[in-house]
Amino acid sequence: MNDLRELYQEMIFDHYRQPRNFGQLSDANRKAEGYNPLCGDKVKLYLKVQDGVIHDAHFEGTGCAISTASASLMTESLKGKREAEALQLLDKFQSMVTGVATTEDLKKDDLGKLTVLAGVREFPERIKCATLAWHTMKAALESREQISEPVTTE
Amino acid sequence: MNLPTLQAGAVTGYEWQASIWREDFPILRTQVHGKPLAYLDNAATTQKPLCVIEAEGDYYRNDNANIHRGIHALSQRATDAFESARVKVQQLINATSPNEIIFVRGTTEAINLVAQSYGRSRFKAGDEIIISTMEHHSNIVPWQILCEQTGAILRITPINDAGELELEAYARLLNQHTKLVAVTHVSNALGTITPVKSIIELAHAQHVPVLLDGAQAIAHLPVDVQALDCDFYAFSGHKLYGPTGVGVLYGKSALLNAMPPYQGGGDMIRSVSFEGTTYNTLPYKFEAGTPNIAGVIGLGAAIDYIDNIGFEALLAYEHALLSYATLSVMGIPGLHIIGNARSKTGILSFTLDGVHPHDIGTILDRQGVAIRTGHHCTMPLMERFGLSATARASFALYNTKADVDQLVLAIHQVQEVFGK
Repeated sequence: MNDLRELYQEMIFDHYRQPRNFGQLSDANRKAEGYNPLCGDKVKLYLKVQDGVIHDAHFEGTGCAISTASASLMTESLKGKREAEALQLLDKFQSMVTGVATTEDLKKDDLGKLTVLAGVREFPERIKCATLAWHTMKAALESREQISEPVTTE
Repeated sequence: MNLPTLQAGAVTGYEWQASIWREDFPILRTQVHGKPLAYLDNAATTQKPLCVIEAEGDYYRNDNANIHRGIHALSQRATDAFESARVKVQQLINATSPNEIIFVRGTTEAINLVAQSYGRSRFKAGDEIIISTMEHHSNIVPWQILCEQTGAILRITPINDAGELELEAYARLLNQHTKLVAVTHVSNALGTITPVKSIIELAHAQHVPVLLDGAQAIAHLPVDVQALDCDFYAFSGHKLYGPTGVGVLYGKSALLNAMPPYQGGGDMIRSVSFEGTTYNTLPYKFEAGTPNIAGVIGLGAAIDYIDNIGFEALLAYEHALLSYATLSVMGIPGLHIIGNARSKTGILSFTLDGVHPHDIGTILDRQGVAIRTGHHCTMPLMERFGLSATARASFALYNTKADVDQLVLAIHQVQEVFGK
């Protein structure tokens, strides 16, 4: 039960039930779709990027508590980040949820609110739920205004 | 909804039987996350009784050799064991001859074989193939590939809200362009038993052959291909307490004889020269290459195991257990059963308000309860119900009331974690 509480923290339920930045972004200039064929989870990501800085981020889609909360928290954390910083954050996030990052790394990485998803590392079958939105973000940054083929977690 | 006829209490009388059968499956003594394993993912694959595990091991320990060619003792023993398994399959489904039993990798390969051998050699643009909304992807995609190759068209028989096939709509779909009907015997996502007898009679009235996808039916219903008069029947060994990587295509010999080979290679030929090759007779014409010998022998052992139990006892018990499970979960607030057909096997698909099935699966797993969550390889069916996924508990002969109780407790735990 303890590792379940560790996985399903209050903040995750909050972002699952009231996802932030949910819906289309009319002036988005970077878009991508993500898809997890294993469970059917889908996410559409909209970014507004100017002079290398992400000014706004929105998402749409259906998914489990972990994937929805992860997408919601990600959109919050992306705002104001430079593209390179966003990609660094993806690496750090991935290290955290896959269990590669040590406790020392986590302190140093300063992932802020995103650390509520650290419990995922005890549930390897849920890593793809947590990282779906992040892979989609990378695809969006590379998209250059066109929606490319959906990225998948496979 | 239509309640199953047996009442919850009825399961008690069979409990001792299931507890004896359970002893035959070593893996069921496993603990998962410190909890006893309640294995309720039987529609994905069943566990194997010790006799099946031993049959495969014994073959490798004592008889391992290639079949149908060696003149030495081991090859003869391996060939005998392999061919006697074919006779066991023939008897299980009451085929006219063992020559009508083709060993393949599984249901998927069996359906692809029919699509590519039977369909591709005969179908042309404008021909129609009828399937249903509740097919597994393996009874959709092979036909879509065939349609791309030939210009044939796929027609879909609808289902009602309970998850039952709409027979009248099906009858209207049949016409002079229909060249094949391919439907499931039991839905893997809903548990619905389809009215195969009527489906076949209606098709045959228009001289249309019928393929049945028996993947989910074979372990839970007695199958008599002569009584059904189906033209093809496909199933997998691993859903029948047998090994993975082995399955069966049954076909009427007149159809199989007229079909071109599916794959070329060894064992399927009579003679080969660079001027031309003559093919072997049934069933070998469709069994190119060294087959899964150990798997076939293991499947034979699984059929012996089921024979000993008998379908009568198995049917009665599984029916009672499904009734008990259905009644047990019905009272859970916010739980919706997906698939309420009057005629069902032991599959319980459900959703919980406010909780995604994937989260249900994770929390249940921590309570030792193994279920499947997702689209169950039936994405068009999920779309029919406006869902992206369900949670699915599916039963086998070794499941007990205790497994169901563990499931119900674990669902309550889901609601506790999600603060309901």
